[in-house]
Amino acid sequence: MTPVRFSPSSLNESRWYEYLIRFALGGVATVFTGLISSRYGASVGGLFLALPAIFCASATLIEKHEIRSKREAGLSGERRGQMAAAVDSAGATLGALGMLAFAAVFWLTVERSVAGAFIAASFTWLVVSIAAWYVRRKMRSVRRAGRLRKANGPAISRSRSS
Amino acid sequence: MTEYIVRFLVGGAVVSTFAMLGDVLRPKSFAGLFGAAPSVALATLGIAVYTQGAGYAVLQSRSMMAGAIALAVYSVVVCHLLVRARLRALPATLLALAAWLPVAFLLLAIAGAQT
Repeated sequence: MTPVRFSPSSLNESRWYEYLIRFALGGVATVFTGLISSRYGASVGGLFLALPAIFCASATLIEKHEIRSKREAGLSGERRGQMAAAVDSAGATLGALGMLAFAAVFWLTVERSVAGAFIAASFTWLVVSIAAWYVRRKMRSVRRAGRLRKANGPAISRSRSS
Repeated sequence: MTEYIVRFLVGGAVVSTFAMLGDVLRPKSFAGLFGAAPSVALATLGIAVYTQGAGYAVLQSRSMMAGAIALAVYSVVVCHLLVRARLRALPATLLALAAWLPVAFLLLAIAGAQT
């Protein structure tokens, strides 16, 4: 199983304007949520706290980086870019479970303590997201090992009988 | 006006921080967790508590749960559009918004009907 690691050199892959785009998108999404809340009320506005506006930008950037690095190696890289974005979106599915837990904990605790609600909800998001990711990785590696055993089974029994 | 400038700056800063965290983490599936980080929520709920009080944030976080379930559906749709329909990332992520919106509003309507 691949361990989680820091790769600070990945920051060099991004151009300065890509950081600017993400900053602007984050700002616009927050302003947009505020506008929706003041126009249609807190309930409808709350939905947009989970709007995947930022995800569009990050998936596009991941695909672009993958294509760029493959082009430098003389390959097209389009399919590779799509697959990298797909892996990222699979991770986002698990992150969404964490976000659900964040919202539930915040909802239950904010009236008792505001600071406590932010800390508890953020911690819950982290724990649930990492746990979901870990369980998915474990399940995939168990399934892969099962498939390998099945594929190698007849070969092993043949080599034993000869 | 000042409130919206503050929203823009705080939202931009929080989102950029989570995005950079996602950039430096490997493997990619783990980094993807940060694509669904509650970055906009942290900024918006913080401002909501400060300006409108905890009761307002309760309402927002309650419907955020519906939005988060819709986000999970959205991410699955994006994954399928990229792998099976072989769409590029930008059209896939924009098209999948057509799944996020109805799921989010449907769940909100169901939750509203039960209260």
